Amino acid sequence: MSNVTFLRKELESLIGKITKDVEEKISLFGTPLERISDDELEVEIFPNRPDLLSLQGYARSFNAFLGKSPGLARYTIHKPEDNYTIKIFNSVKDVRPFTVCAIVKNIKFTDEKIKSIIDLQEKLHFTVGRNRKKLAIGVYPLEKITLPIRYEARKPKDIRFIPLEADREMDAIQILTSHPTGRDYAHLLEGKELFPVFVDAKNKILSMPPIINSHDTGKVSLNTTDVFVECSGFDLLVLQKTLAIICTTLADMDGKIYQMILDYTNRKIITPDFTPEKMKISINNVNKLLGLDIKEKDLEKLLPKMGYEYKNKTVSIPAWRTDILHEVDIIEDIAIAYGYDKISPAIPNVSTIGEESKESKMKSFISELLIGLGLLEISTYHLIKKQDAEQNNLQDMIELENSKTEYKYLRQDLVTPGLRVLSENKDNEYPQELFEIGTVFSLDKKNKFETGIKETENLCILACPGNFTKIKQVLDSLTKNLGQAYSLEESTHHLLIDGRTAVIKIGEHRAGIMGELHPETLKAWGIKMPTSYLELPVKSLF
Amino acid sequence: MKSIQEIIEKLSPLERKIVPFLNLPLNEIQTKTRLDSTSLLRALKFLEAKNIIKLQTKKSKVVGLGTNGIYYKKTHLPERNLLMLVESKKVVSLEEAKRISRLSDNEFKVSLGVLKSKAMIELKNGKIMLSASKEEIAKKSLEEQLLEALPIEESSLLPEQQFALQNLKKRKEIIEMQEKTETTFTLTELGKKIAGKEIVSDLIEEVTPEVIKNWKRGKKFRKYDIQSEVPKIYGGKKHFVNESIEKGRRIWLDMGFREMRSTFTQTSFWNFDALFTAQDHPVRELQDTFYIKDIKGRLPDRRLIEKVKQSHETGVKGSKGWQYSWSEEDSKSVVLRTHTTCLSAKTLASLDIKTQLPAKFFSIGKCFRNETLDWSHGFEFNQTEGIVVDRNANFSHLLGYLQEFVKKMGFEKIRIQPAYFPYTEPSVEGAVWHEEKQRWVEVLAAGIFRPEVTEPLLGEPIPVLAWGPGFDRLMMLAYEIKDFRQIYENDIKNLRQRKVLI
Repeated sequence: MSNVTFLRKELESLIGKITKDVEEKISLFGTPLERISDDELEVEIFPNRPDLLSLQGYARSFNAFLGKSPGLARYTIHKPEDNYTIKIFNSVKDVRPFTVCAIVKNIKFTDEKIKSIIDLQEKLHFTVGRNRKKLAIGVYPLEKITLPIRYEARKPKDIRFIPLEADREMDAIQILTSHPTGRDYAHLLEGKELFPVFVDAKNKILSMPPIINSHDTGKVSLNTTDVFVECSGFDLLVLQKTLAIICTTLADMDGKIYQMILDYTNRKIITPDFTPEKMKISINNVNKLLGLDIKEKDLEKLLPKMGYEYKNKTVSIPAWRTDILHEVDIIEDIAIAYGYDKISPAIPNVSTIGEESKESKMKSFISELLIGLGLLEISTYHLIKKQDAEQNNLQDMIELENSKTEYKYLRQDLVTPGLRVLSENKDNEYPQELFEIGTVFSLDKKNKFETGIKETENLCILACPGNFTKIKQVLDSLTKNLGQAYSLEESTHHLLIDGRTAVIKIGEHRAGIMGELHPETLKAWGIKMPTSYLELPVKSLF
Repeated sequence: MKSIQEIIEKLSPLERKIVPFLNLPLNEIQTKTRLDSTSLLRALKFLEAKNIIKLQTKKSKVVGLGTNGIYYKKTHLPERNLLMLVESKKVVSLEEAKRISRLSDNEFKVSLGVLKSKAMIELKNGKIMLSASKEEIAKKSLEEQLLEALPIEESSLLPEQQFALQNLKKRKEIIEMQEKTETTFTLTELGKKIAGKEIVSDLIEEVTPEVIKNWKRGKKFRKYDIQSEVPKIYGGKKHFVNESIEKGRRIWLDMGFREMRSTFTQTSFWNFDALFTAQDHPVRELQDTFYIKDIKGRLPDRRLIEKVKQSHETGVKGSKGWQYSWSEEDSKSVVLRTHTTCLSAKTLASLDIKTQLPAKFFSIGKCFRNETLDWSHGFEFNQTEGIVVDRNANFSHLLGYLQEFVKKMGFEKIRIQPAYFPYTEPSVEGAVWHEEKQRWVEVLAAGIFRPEVTEPLLGEPIPVLAWGPGFDRLMMLAYEIKDFRQIYENDIKNLRQRKVLI
């Protein structure tokens, strides 16, 4: 999810005055308006529309939506000139196999435009590029580069250049270990023997993707008019669409787009290529999915509002749209063009019977009985801290990977979080008679469950102050009300007092445990009052 | 003004016991009346409420003994034990000192530190050597002196006692600060008239079985002060989160939905893959989702795996898919469910479309995400979601259901806008008009499941409408909770006092 801030003046110069009506349209276009002031506006761009991340791309699509310039935006693409070639070497295959490139000329760069391109690049890196893992983008001043260009992989020691924001030449290892940007992205080249580089005809290194550009050849300035653009990564299709997003943005800044020849070992590709993809669409499917009754002719109006061309039941999709996988994606755009606010809600005449799950019924039944006995319900986290697990000497804990907090384990009983609650409430009024019904987790030793983890819904009761009699009274009352008979068997438990500990048997089944908590347990938790405890699976009571 | 007689008639038995002695100081009243302190205090409060006396309370802090403090006062501070041991041996190894002294790890460490800082011992090559003189040893340390003197009021501590206190406070459970309240009273004008009066009364106090049995017309009751405070009682109560869940469940049931239940742990297959979430989608990364360490789960039947794989790689009919190579191994990793939508996926996969349509299901319960805890975030949250599986369902029905749903939640106006979710198309975000706050509040996410989801799970792309409100957000709004953490903190006082929502 990305929020983009546009300067109001700049956007208004492209789409006209932003009235209250237009404000509403911005949200109905599928880009929720988060904030607006006299100077700025902030909209949310959903991850399926990276083509809206730049001011130019946004204005282009929104103008179509407003009906000012509907239809497929057309761009002139010039054929490659001499030496507009990239030679791609086989050595990049194992590290970053693909690149697609273009040249855009005649741009009158201003500080705003340069910033806008850098912003777009960063946002694309973060969203489509999965933080540069999937793709990385480079934009270079053409005047500093000698064509043709090579894309190859070298040993890190053989890569030496001055990276951006540095004042001396470094080799690749130095960049990854001591340059701030290098360190941030070093993991993307981890374990690779060869690192990819773009090199020009004079053997100058332009950049080492996806890490950093060269200080000499990788920085667009106000003197720049022509740029070389490349996207490198793993997925040719995504690279081409991203290249289209950048090139059209530059073209909307009055740039002229030139193609380049990508010379892969076994084939040649020419990019960029904006030939629209075609998709058939059926008016029946549109009406069926949306519950509307629109005509073929309406599509001729609606689709151009979303930047498509529609002819002969076929939709032409702009090359910069990354999100059209299926007819339904176009149908959603038709609904947006039609206006979500203009589709009337309807309740279908379908009769179904509601039903609560058995587990929920059991749970609310038990909690009602316990509330009747004056017990207070608590609701604790399913995750517990290491310190709490150790406090109760828990074994075989199920651990989470990479938890951001101290809560790193799945609870295996309810008494541990329950004791934490008592210890945090030791200065509140007594008696504190608490219960919780919740899931506990243990390793599935019988291989019965698909996740390898057994989940049981337990009932836990803590009476503070409370003794064995107190907790037995509660069990007595509960089981009688549920029509169950129970028996107790003397037992031991590491948190409870020997001789005051019992296994609760329901029928022949050893269901749960109860007893008086040992002073040592209570002291360790900082609990000052005598406390008795019971825990058993809810299921055993039914 | 009421007559004195009237006031006397209203006095409770407790008060009547005290009144004859009201001219005496408090401790003497207690001796004379033989009341315990709590009853005495209660009686005094009653009298104050009747404007007979005026109470003054003085609060002070008292330095008292903690559990260890009590023990040490009876015996010795652990450093004294160690010192005596070193004195007798002159030189002793650390291990031996530890063993003979029988001090706990913590006590031993502290004792070493204390003695070293006072230059009474030296540590060299793992040995403890005595460096204190006989006189120094014989002298009681400031800490020992303080311990003997406790409890003392904090305000009357001498400077050296303050110093010793700071040292002892750092150690485990030696000191416990207590609060002491001292009560005194003065008589009001009215009080002066009443104080010292012997009160004889034949008024009936409590109605007892005796009173009923011997009842005769004309007997009089003592008048109660109906305004006086009574001790608080607290009944049992549902936790307000579960209370809200019950309310949510009620809405779905009323609308004819059947409840789905499943486990909190799920394979990535159900949580992500079956919902067409590409395997490189950021939501699947470790910093967003909780993965279980060292455990791989089991996948469902082959046919479904192949279908889901195809859906991701090349797409089901009419779709291009995500066009990458799908990894079966990745889908076996086990996660804590990040949404209840995985329950919907499982339900769809087990549905018999020949006999069971149309069908409506809902789920409600905890979900998890790898987040830090702050006022607006938490790693556990509640979610609820409903689906409608119906060959004839469409987008306008979705809007219809949404409208009904928010009405049941108590909102009249709904605003619908386009949104994006990886597994629905079209997707919708719904806001409701909050009358009190006079603003739109975004509470709903909704959409129609993509064919890439429904085709593998149902066998054909039957429309499935899905929506769910942001549950915790609604709850925070309803209970006026500003800090997310409060939802799960279980403060018993708050739980008891929180009003029940109707």
